[in-house]
Amino acid sequence: MASEIPAIEVENLVRRFGDVEALSHVNVTIRKGEFFSLLGPSGCGKTTLLRIVGGLDMPDEGIVRIGGTDAREIPAHKRPVNTVFQSYALFPHLTVYDNIAFGLRMKKVAKPEISERVKKVMDLVEITPLGNRKPAQLSGGQKQRVALARAVVNEPQVLLLDEPLGALDLKLRKQLQVELLQLQRRLKITFIYVTHDQEEALVMSDRIAVMRAGKIEQMGEAESLYEHPHTRYVSQFLGSCNLIDATVKRRGPKEAIVDSIVGELRVEFGQNPPAAAQRDKFTLAIRPEKVTLCRLDESAGENRVKVRVDELIYIGSETHYVLRAGEQRLTAEAMNVKVGSQGFDIGQEAIVYLPAAGLLVLDD
Amino acid sequence: MAKKKGEVKFGEQLTVGGHLSRSVVTSGPGIFWVTVFLLVPLVWIGVVSFLTRGEVGGYGKPFTFENYTRFAGFGFFGFDLLYPQIIFRSLVLGAGTAGFCMLAALPLAFFIAGMPARYKNTALTLVLIPFWTNLLIRTYAWQIILAPESPITHLAVALGLTTAGSPLYPSAMAIYIGMVCDYLPFLVLPLYSSVEKIDWSIAEAASDLGADKLRVFWHAILPQVTPGLVAGIVLVFIPATGQFVIPDLLGGAKTVMMGNAIQQQFLQSRDWPFGSAIAFIGMGIVLVGLWVYARFSGEKGGELL
Repeated sequence: MASEIPAIEVENLVRRFGDVEALSHVNVTIRKGEFFSLLGPSGCGKTTLLRIVGGLDMPDEGIVRIGGTDAREIPAHKRPVNTVFQSYALFPHLTVYDNIAFGLRMKKVAKPEISERVKKVMDLVEITPLGNRKPAQLSGGQKQRVALARAVVNEPQVLLLDEPLGALDLKLRKQLQVELLQLQRRLKITFIYVTHDQEEALVMSDRIAVMRAGKIEQMGEAESLYEHPHTRYVSQFLGSCNLIDATVKRRGPKEAIVDSIVGELRVEFGQNPPAAAQRDKFTLAIRPEKVTLCRLDESAGENRVKVRVDELIYIGSETHYVLRAGEQRLTAEAMNVKVGSQGFDIGQEAIVYLPAAGLLVLDD
Repeated sequence: MAKKKGEVKFGEQLTVGGHLSRSVVTSGPGIFWVTVFLLVPLVWIGVVSFLTRGEVGGYGKPFTFENYTRFAGFGFFGFDLLYPQIIFRSLVLGAGTAGFCMLAALPLAFFIAGMPARYKNTALTLVLIPFWTNLLIRTYAWQIILAPESPITHLAVALGLTTAGSPLYPSAMAIYIGMVCDYLPFLVLPLYSSVEKIDWSIAEAASDLGADKLRVFWHAILPQVTPGLVAGIVLVFIPATGQFVIPDLLGGAKTVMMGNAIQQQFLQSRDWPFGSAIAFIGMGIVLVGLWVYARFSGEKGGELL
């Protein structure tokens, strides 16, 4: 599949607003049929990138290719991409049916075909009974579906979604996340999905690009981003992490022995360790669910640290612990696998095991 | 908490008397104004239009439809469509003025709305400046500007737009220049307030869905400014239809408009009943036109506009 033309190629893209670089030298390649998410806080440039791909904004430098064609040659209204806007941007004076038919009418598709395609897509997103309503008569979730139908009916090569679920309540969001994912798999359209919700990105995406201040900080599949974040920013933005400052004592090709505030630790470098692994001082991160809490008599072995239980949050299927080892604060999350009490109380001393493979070296 | 007499707590229902006294205080002045200065004179004019002219002016019995049949062409000197023509001419003037004002106001409103915030108020004030000068003075000023020896006329001659010696006024063009200058602010202001509120993401959506610039304007922007545009057109059309000073001064006083006709009947011919009939018919035509338009745009406006 290496020879297949990518759906979208973004090369060295720069966009400035006054003195601010909203995008600074961004490079991304998005494969055909992929569910690709741009994840980041507001103001990180993710929406700007989406708008440039859609032709609603122009880059100051760099190239966007859509299906191999330089997009500078294609004005917005001729691009084979469609956008689902955050505010939905439905035409307030048109009915649901006319909203959805708009794109096809602009392309001068024959009337019978328009009616057939609109009906099919209304069926697909389950809004068939709403055809004669005006947008003002719809609920948020219904507007969302109309906005989606209006874009999908054009059968674009790439669908751009700008925080499409941002205005909906949590329950509806979860439901629509699943529906969107099913829709994408059925239609096999490439989706570029902008969101600031890390969970949404993890649940839905084939690949995620985490953005920060106009740059892509790290890009990869959901699992690899979560399990192997390369920077402090990514580790904190996707889930949470315990951070431990470390100084290298001895270094091997695939591991290092480091000194830290919680004592000596062995660290295994993963497949592609970040550049910081070569430095003498770096930050270590470990996910709370990788931290194993043990009884005091299990202190034998490497990477074990004596801690005191400061706080205990019981949430049924699991318990979250806030632990203290001298100055270092650690959090641990454990599934409640035992029947009855898990055996740790506030104020009690215990041992935590920090597995060498779970300790990640981070760039700042 | 002790409750004072007449005080109403949040969520509490007013008594019937309380409702009444509040209504009188809030809408009383408006109702008084409309009744005394609009409704009463209107009914009076309506009644007068069915009366007969007195021997020495004034009016009296018997009640008659003669004023209306005379208007329709059945006058003292045989059948003549003079008055329908006058009304028609006035309607054309009103519609033409509204049309030209719309063409001028659309780019102007978008231009002002697109200006940096600190210049907007200045720009709107400039739009209103003509109102600070008397209508007659402004209109006489156009006579001077468009006179045969004025630089503008020389320029028009040089550009081949007119021939030497033939003045730019009196002419239909001069009338419309004067009319547009006079009525433009009535259209710019409501239109501007609509333009300010445009949701530009809807325009982006139209472009995203394959509309070129012209169709983005037609399908996504124009429908959003339609309320302001319609309000402005009505505000221009109605007074422009009754206007007669500007056509007189800039058109060479050769044509009689509805306004002149009414004025003549009241002041020179001293035929109040007939003047009232002309006024009533003119008003009726304008109201029917607006009503038809409202029905029309209410039901199918979405597709038409």
